[in-house]
Amino acid sequence: MIRVQAQDFDVGAEIDALVAGNTQIGGVASFVGYVRDLNDGNTVSAITLEHYPGMTERKLEEIEQEARRRWPLDATLIIHRYGRLEPGDRIVLVVAASAHRQSAFDAAMFLMDWLKTQAPFWKLEATGDGDHWVDARESDGLAAEKWSKEE
Amino acid sequence: MKLVYFAWVRSKVGIAEEDITLPDTIGDMKTLLEWLRGRSDGFADALSDMTSIRFAVNQEIAELDQPISDQDEVALFPPMTGGQ
Repeated sequence: MIRVQAQDFDVGAEIDALVAGNTQIGGVASFVGYVRDLNDGNTVSAITLEHYPGMTERKLEEIEQEARRRWPLDATLIIHRYGRLEPGDRIVLVVAASAHRQSAFDAAMFLMDWLKTQAPFWKLEATGDGDHWVDARESDGLAAEKWSKEE
Repeated sequence: MKLVYFAWVRSKVGIAEEDITLPDTIGDMKTLLEWLRGRSDGFADALSDMTSIRFAVNQEIAELDQPISDQDEVALFPPMTGGQ
């Protein structure tokens, strides 16, 4: 399941709802991303996440399908927020549930690495020097590429 | 054709989206980008460094040789920076 939304989410409630009624699941791995107050040495007072409605949902669904093709997963969830967020706010949640922990851990990492480079989101940071768009990091591209090689 | 712009591409070209009639001479992304660059200083600036421009045709990431037609939706944007 994927969701793109402005509002916050409750991690515990989301995981409970995802695994409810599926007793094949032996483990759940999750990752929660937060807005940091410091990026590349700049103090960040807020970020605004812009996205491409339509393509965002399509790409997140593709990324989720790719994870389910690679690992034996019983359930997956991606929630990505957009709009104005402040330091300490949750940005993103990925959850992977499987019979065994290794698939859950690997799939959760894969989902994060792939969505960073493939889902059409862009961050505008508000800092003391004004607003500026965040540049993509080479390390994010390399993290996503690692999974291509292992395919 | 519908054109949509995101992040600093949108800031530089000054609009979020527009509908245009595609000139007959434009058949792929390469010729569309060349044509867009000539429209204004804002477009020339936004599209000056092609290493920092990504584009999608009908919401799928495309390359320069991607054929396009008047019915397509083309989006121009910088590399994506979602996640955490």
